[in-house]
Amino acid sequence: MAHADTHDHHDHDHKPAGIGRWLFATNHKDIGTMYLLWALFMFFLGGAMALGIRLELFKPGMQWFDPGFYNSLVTNHALIMIFGAVMPAWVGLANWMIPLQVGAPDMALPRMNNYSFWILPFAFTLLLSSFFTAGGAPAGGWTLYPPLSLQAGDSFPLTIFAIHMMGISSIMGAINVIVTIMNMRAPGMTLLKLPLFCWTWLITAYLLIAVMPVLAGAVTMLLTDHYFGTSFFNPAGGGDPVMFQHIFWFFGHPEVYILILPAFGIVSEIIPAFSRKPLFGYDAMVYATASIAFLSFIVWAHHMFTVGMPLAGQTFFMMSTMLIAIPTGVKVFNWTATMWKGSLSFEPPMLFALAFLFLFTIGGFSGLMLAIAPADFQYQDTYFVVAHFHYVLVPGAVFGIMAGVYYWLPKWTGHMYNMTLAKWHFWVSTISVNVLFFPQHFLGLAGMPRRIPDYSTQFTDWNMVSSVGGFVFGFSQLLFVVLIWQCARGGAKATDKVWDGMMTGLEWTVASPAPYHSFTEAPDLTGVADSHH
Amino acid sequence: MEKPRGHRGLIGRLLLFTAGSFAFGFALVPLYSVLCKVWDTGNRWYGTQTAQASVVERPDTDRVVTIEFVGNVAHQADWEFAPTANTMKVHPGKLYEATFHAKNLTGHPVVAQAVPSIAPQTIARYFKKTQCFCFEPQKFASDESREMLIRFIVDRDLPGDIDRITLSYSFFDLPQQAASNR
Repeated sequence: MAHADTHDHHDHDHKPAGIGRWLFATNHKDIGTMYLLWALFMFFLGGAMALGIRLELFKPGMQWFDPGFYNSLVTNHALIMIFGAVMPAWVGLANWMIPLQVGAPDMALPRMNNYSFWILPFAFTLLLSSFFTAGGAPAGGWTLYPPLSLQAGDSFPLTIFAIHMMGISSIMGAINVIVTIMNMRAPGMTLLKLPLFCWTWLITAYLLIAVMPVLAGAVTMLLTDHYFGTSFFNPAGGGDPVMFQHIFWFFGHPEVYILILPAFGIVSEIIPAFSRKPLFGYDAMVYATASIAFLSFIVWAHHMFTVGMPLAGQTFFMMSTMLIAIPTGVKVFNWTATMWKGSLSFEPPMLFALAFLFLFTIGGFSGLMLAIAPADFQYQDTYFVVAHFHYVLVPGAVFGIMAGVYYWLPKWTGHMYNMTLAKWHFWVSTISVNVLFFPQHFLGLAGMPRRIPDYSTQFTDWNMVSSVGGFVFGFSQLLFVVLIWQCARGGAKATDKVWDGMMTGLEWTVASPAPYHSFTEAPDLTGVADSHH
Repeated sequence: MEKPRGHRGLIGRLLLFTAGSFAFGFALVPLYSVLCKVWDTGNRWYGTQTAQASVVERPDTDRVVTIEFVGNVAHQADWEFAPTANTMKVHPGKLYEATFHAKNLTGHPVVAQAVPSIAPQTIARYFKKTQCFCFEPQKFASDESREMLIRFIVDRDLPGDIDRITLSYSFFDLPQQAASNR
């Protein structure tokens, strides 16, 4: 790009000193770093709960936990991974990268940015403190279906308020992203020149402000049903518990795209970079993302085919769900076509992006199976569902995050990381994640129900295999921590461009490490041809 | 650096959008009721909880349908609640009576509400009640027991492949606020 003269950064970066730098942070890089470290911490906390689950399921019978505690592990594992790990990781990456990619000096609303991060530790303290209340932590599943969720002990209001706070945090984060992308782009950075990570995040941000308030409404209704005698979901007063499922999944289905769309963006940047070819079908990628986001609003009832709904309803939700395979297929084929006749190399970010491509697609296929209403009656609430959504979330969303971290880490720290260690992390993770989740397809098809701490003996073998995979996957993530730690402390000096690939984003025009204040003078891209078209 | 374009307008619109989403969550409540009525589904609609103003008896004596009665007590409350007879053979188009027995074992006066459900759901519209204890909250003194009546008619237009209908009631202790709201 033709604006190498824009990064006349000063080495005296004026970083605030001491703990105040973090408590009162308004710098997008500092806040991004805090979000990412928070997400990593939560990833290990939620992961420790997952290992508790796999420990109990290693063999049939009750070994370690009583069923109530087991169910609170399941519930809190989900809440922590979704709201504590994956979503904050995306907001962290957005904070770090979006201003650098659009050529802005910072996020549009730095003070709000600070609030939206610092709400999170309070929200999770509330949630986790429920482990010490009478009746224990919430154990009715992260979906909080009444009447079960209403029968929780003192954990109930803590959970509800924690969810309210997480919602407020992510809504503020989303508004910040939208305002930054809409208002802070450098001159000449037209919308269709934006890197795809910005595009997918922009669409994700709109999904967030559309559905997080709906979740807030649903949990508020639970709260008033419990304490103020309303009957939204109480049949005695004329309510209907099935209505909760409709409202919840009206939030819940767009939510799963909130978790995955930014990964689509990252992969859409990494694959061209290491294939040394422009992304195949940039515009199609943007429209496909928008189509997926739109369709996500009209498919929710496929999560609840078995509650009883008219045939017309089942048919509609089955068909609209299958329709999502079309824009998603466009994306998968575009990524594949990008690599076609490319000059490929397999640096760690590319490895994770490729694993994403293969393994997310497996999760997409099992999703299509689940979309078939008559077949879903067999799959509902079995381990097949668990296998499906873990394939899209772990080697899908989480690998997307890791690909992004491996791609940009040298830009953040100014050092190259240990490539051998990164490749070990990749191979051990990729093999073990399949050992962990693939057998769960078999268990589910054979009828093993989810959210139950014990099982019938014929399920033993695959559960043992899955647990072994789980422990290898869990502990191999320590390699990731070691690698990040080493890279933060030192290593070979990273160049501004970092990789020997075809990277087109503005972030590669600033120094490595990215200076504390970047793009204080906006780069001018007017008339600069973009590489996408 | 030039001052960024004013953010206020955009932030205002986004906050309005967020508030609208929150309101939409609550708007789904009446919307759900309307759609359940239109599509004739959900456990509480069409004929299950409202009395038919008038029915004409035109018995179809060639056809026999078995009605199964089920009684459940919600939330493990202290009640005896069960149908007097578990099944009944009826002719479509003829009016019948059945009773459920309830006894309050809680040791204090209670207002209870029975909530009906019909299986298969798709034929709920053919099961019509002219009288039912589920239409209103039932007041029980401590230790009071009584038989509660329903009068119903199965429509002659009941699809031919249906020979068995299950009518189930869940018996709820009505919370005080909900009782006064009704």
